[in-house]
Formats: sequence, C-alpha cells, structure tokens
Amino acid sequence: MTPRVVFPNKILPYLLVAPQLAITAIFFYWPASQALYQSMLREDPFGLKSSFVWFANFRKVLADPNYLNSLKVTAIFSVSTAAVAMSVALLLAVMADKVVRSRGLYRTLLIWPYAVAPAIAGMLWLFLFNPSIGSLAYLLRAAGIAWDPLLNGTQAMVLVVAAAAWKQISYNFLFFVAGLQAIPKTLIEAAAIDGAGETKRFWTIVFPLLAPTTFFLLVVNTVYAFFDTFGIIHAVTGGGPGKATETLVYKVYNDGFVNLILGDSAAQSVILMVIVIALTAVQFRYVERKVHYG
Amino acid sequence: MATVDLKDVRKTYPSGVEAVKGVSIAIHDKALCVLVGPSGCGKSTLLRMIAGLEAITDGAIAIEGKVVNAIGPAERDIAMVFQNYALYPHMSVYDNMAYGLRNRGTPRDEIDRRVRATAKTLELDHLLKRQPRELSGGQRQRVAMGRAIVRNPKVFLFDEPLSNLDAKLRGQMRVEIKNLQRALGVTSVYVTHDQLEAMTLADVLVVMNAGVVEQIGAPLDVYERPETTFVASFIGAPPMNLLPVAALPSSITSAAPAGAATLGFRPEDGTFSDHSEQSQLSLAAEVEGVEPVGAESFLYCRHADNRLILRASGRTTVEPGARLAVTIAPEKMHWFDGEGKRLS
Repeated sequence: MTPRVVFPNKILPYLLVAPQLAITAIFFYWPASQALYQSMLREDPFGLKSSFVWFANFRKVLADPNYLNSLKVTAIFSVSTAAVAMSVALLLAVMADKVVRSRGLYRTLLIWPYAVAPAIAGMLWLFLFNPSIGSLAYLLRAAGIAWDPLLNGTQAMVLVVAAAAWKQISYNFLFFVAGLQAIPKTLIEAAAIDGAGETKRFWTIVFPLLAPTTFFLLVVNTVYAFFDTFGIIHAVTGGGPGKATETLVYKVYNDGFVNLILGDSAAQSVILMVIVIALTAVQFRYVERKVHYG
Repeated sequence: MATVDLKDVRKTYPSGVEAVKGVSIAIHDKALCVLVGPSGCGKSTLLRMIAGLEAITDGAIAIEGKVVNAIGPAERDIAMVFQNYALYPHMSVYDNMAYGLRNRGTPRDEIDRRVRATAKTLELDHLLKRQPRELSGGQRQRVAMGRAIVRNPKVFLFDEPLSNLDAKLRGQMRVEIKNLQRALGVTSVYVTHDQLEAMTLADVLVVMNAGVVEQIGAPLDVYERPETTFVASFIGAPPMNLLPVAALPSSITSAAPAGAATLGFRPEDGTFSDHSEQSQLSLAAEVEGVEPVGAESFLYCRHADNRLILRASGRTTVEPGARLAVTIAPEKMHWFDGEGKRLS
C-alpha cells in the first residue's frame, strides 16, 4: 500500500477538491434537492402561487392507475431491452472472436451504431417500420403479419425495444469482445482436451468467466433503459398508442413539461431516483456475489 | 500399447513461417520423451499438434498406431499440463479435476472415487474445496497434474510445466513427475527449454533446432556423442567447448579426421596444468574468470580468439590471469565438419 499523503496546509486539500465538489453540488445535488422540494409543492392552475403539501403528490401519483401502468411498461421495456441488447451483443462478440481475417474492420463496423444519437436511431426505426411508408413494414405485411405499431400496443413495444436495444448493442459488444479477449486461450484449449464441445465450453468456461463483464453491463443497461431511452420513445411512439410505451421517464416529461403538473412530475422523478438506486444496490448486493473476479 | 509415432510432420503457418520442417519420432509405450531446444525451435508447436490444438500441415501423427490427424483433441485420449497450468479459475480443485470426467459422462460415484484417489496420491486431499487463486504455485502445478492423471489417458503431454516454479520446487517436482510417470506407465511427451530438466527426465531425448530434429537418443548417449555442434553446445552445462581447427596447433589437428572444421571437448575432459608444462599436445589458455560453485569450479579461459570453459573439481587455486596448458585425451575429442555434423 502506498503511504497516506499528508498535506501540511489545512486548506489546500479542500481547495483542490473544491472544483469537483462545486460541479457535483451545482449540477447534481442542487437539482436533486429542487426536485425533492418541488415534489412536495402544489401549483395553482395559473402558476401564480404554490403551496407546500407534504406527501400529497406522492399519494396521488402512487394511486394513479396510469402511473402503475407506466411502472409495468417500464419493467417490461427495461428487462426486454437489457436482455435483447446483451444477448445479441454477446452472440456477435463470440462470433467476432472467431473471425480471423479483417477482424478489426468487422469490430469497427459493429461499433458504429453507438455513435448514432437516440432520436436519430428512433427516426431510423420509425421510417423502417412506419405502417404507411416503412420498407420493412411493407415486407412484414407481405409476410402476412398485420403490422401496425401505431394502433397495436404490443407491436409498438417491440419496436421501441428493438430500437433501444439496437443502439446499446454496440456498447455491449465492445465490452464483451474485451471480456472474451481477457480469457486465456489455454483455458479453452484445456477444456477442449477435457472433452468439452464448443457449446459446453461456452457455458461452463467462457460464460462464467465473462460474469464480471456481464454484471457490469447489466447495471449499465438497466440504467440506460430507464433513463437514456427517452429520445427513442419520443421519436418512435411518443408513449403511445394509448399509454402502451409510456415509461416512467416519458411520463415524467409528459406530466411535467406537456401537462405542466409540476408537483406530480417531480414526485415521479423522485420515485424514479429511488427505484434506480434500489435496483443498483440489489444488483451489487446479490448478483455480484455470484461473480468471479479474476 | 500407447505408442506415439510422428512421420515427417510439418507445420507451416498461414503467414508462411515454417515452424516444424519434417519431424519423425517414434515414441515407445510407457516412454517419457523430452523435446528440448531453444525457444522458437518448434517444440511447443509439435506438442500442440500431438494434442490436436494445432492443425498438421503435412505428415502424420499416430497414437496407438491410429492416425489422429483429423481427430479433435477430445477424442485423442490425451491429457495436457500447460505452462500456466490453465486451471479453471471459477471452479474448485475438485471440479477442476472432475471436469474432464463429467464431460465424458463418467458416473458420479466413479468420478468422486477417482478424484479422491488422485488427490490422495498428489497430497491434494485437503485442498479439494479451494479455488485455484487460493493455492500456491506448487499446489496449482499439482492440481494441473491431477487433472491430467485423473482421466487416465493414453498419453500425457507436458508443455514446460515447471518453468513457473522457483528453482527448489522445480527440482522437487521434476523427481515427482518422473516417479509418477514411471508408476502410472503412461507414454509421455515433455517439452522444455531447460537442458537439465531434459537430461534428468528423459527416456528418449529429442533435441530440436529451427524446426528440425538435431538428434534423438538416450540422454547420456546424446551427451557423450553429440551429432552436431548445435547439440554439443546445447546439451550440458556449461556447454561443450568448440574450437575452430584453424586455431589449433598442428600437433593436435594431426589427429583430426579429414574434413574436420571444429574440435569439441567437454569442460571436464580438458585436463590442465601450469603454463610451464606446455607441451606440443596441449593448448595454451589464459584464465579470464573463475566461478566456484562448491563441489566444482569453472574456469573461463581464452585460447587465441576463442573462449573455452574448464572444470576443476572442488576448490581451485587458479587465479584470473593465470596461463594454463590444456591437454585433451584423444578419445575425448569430438570432431565436426564445416556444416557442424559429427565426424566419427
């Protein structure tokens, strides 16, 4: 262990961390505390005065069937997005690991989608699957599927999950490729000599050794599905049809900035914050135990 | 009868590099064959080809008389001990050893019996529940051995298994491997770059250089009768002295066979006395350094522009700067031609 550094000056260390603390305070703690404060306020219809109502907003939000629906939608959306994004990325990474020639090019091409902005990605998928102009929608209908995400809630969900997962696959792919490369070749060879076929080798050797990567991506993908998919949902479905794809984040935006029910919206974002903190804590506490580092 | 036969085996990598250029070796049942050579000589590639981890470009490898060129590593019934042990880091010692048996569908109680029996012979029984990262280097090495033994394969392959251990442990494990291999009677191929390991372990010693076999034979035969200057300088520590014939006095070269270009003699075969006793049949050498190692001392000398090493038993009174007269008995002289081949 390196010895502790002791500053002779009492003020200097605080000055050194001050910029970081200032940034965290201004851009994180201050807005977060504002949200917390606002979640206990109720505005009059004209925005002229607001009154402090303690937890009334929370009670109202949690009793709202629309909110509970949004909770369900978010759960389905996040689990599906994380599952699709991670499994497809893992499959691609395993395949890319086998590519011998022009492996660099192959990888680079697979990383590109990550550079596409969420709203753009959403638009791409929207155009491809738009029931009236989408080329792939046309193919789907030709194949006998009654494709109409503008009316069918399940199909709308499939579409946003696909778009959200598509964007995250590149990121996951990158980490899985790195994870696969970190597994010593001799382990795979030893398993081959030990009589394990390719599938068996993957599930008994490669997959368990990838666990740290998988775990990390699980946390990142969940947070991504919760927060960073707003642009995609906004561009593709706008939360509809009905409220079939209205996730918690989208509802916060809708209630707060479209409908201007600021108190409700703030209460929802506080709940959202608690949910993500809880999810991450659970993941670290229970899933990480089964993870083998090194 | 698990014999291993290599017939004109070749390996050319896609890059065009020829790693193995036609190697033929016949390994008898129960023999321990050691492939030794400097790094990059193709010995590891050859071992990996026997294991089935590397495709064979040309030639044939047969185990028990059956050509295995097109058979995968799993079906060759071999076990390999890797240099870095390649233990599965997420499995306990028990699971590491049981993995191969489970893959082959061995019944559960049979696996348990065999793992425990093997663990006992290797003194690993108290470590079965541990994970590899909780073991010392020597213990990991034993687990790697155990994983090979427990399957009771036809052939053992060792890829420099002792090179990650410290010197003392290496000596211990060397003896243990030899005893185990004898006791189990399993045909083995052992790759090393350490000539001491090669000499002490081998029933059959195969000296390789630049993708070809330089010499095959019993270790002491190879030591006493090196076929090439490469073998002469690689086997034996310190290596054989090699002096160009042109630098030698005619009194010595008169004994040389026709075409001789190099004279070789082992450090222990050169007897030396004080410079004043210089005779026609001796070489003049100047001592540049003395290296006492206990039971013997090595004298690093120079004859004209050539370096040579002499061995003195016990302590020596010779000091650096001393001038010596070195005499070599004619029957201890090894003569090599211009291409480094032995002339008998």
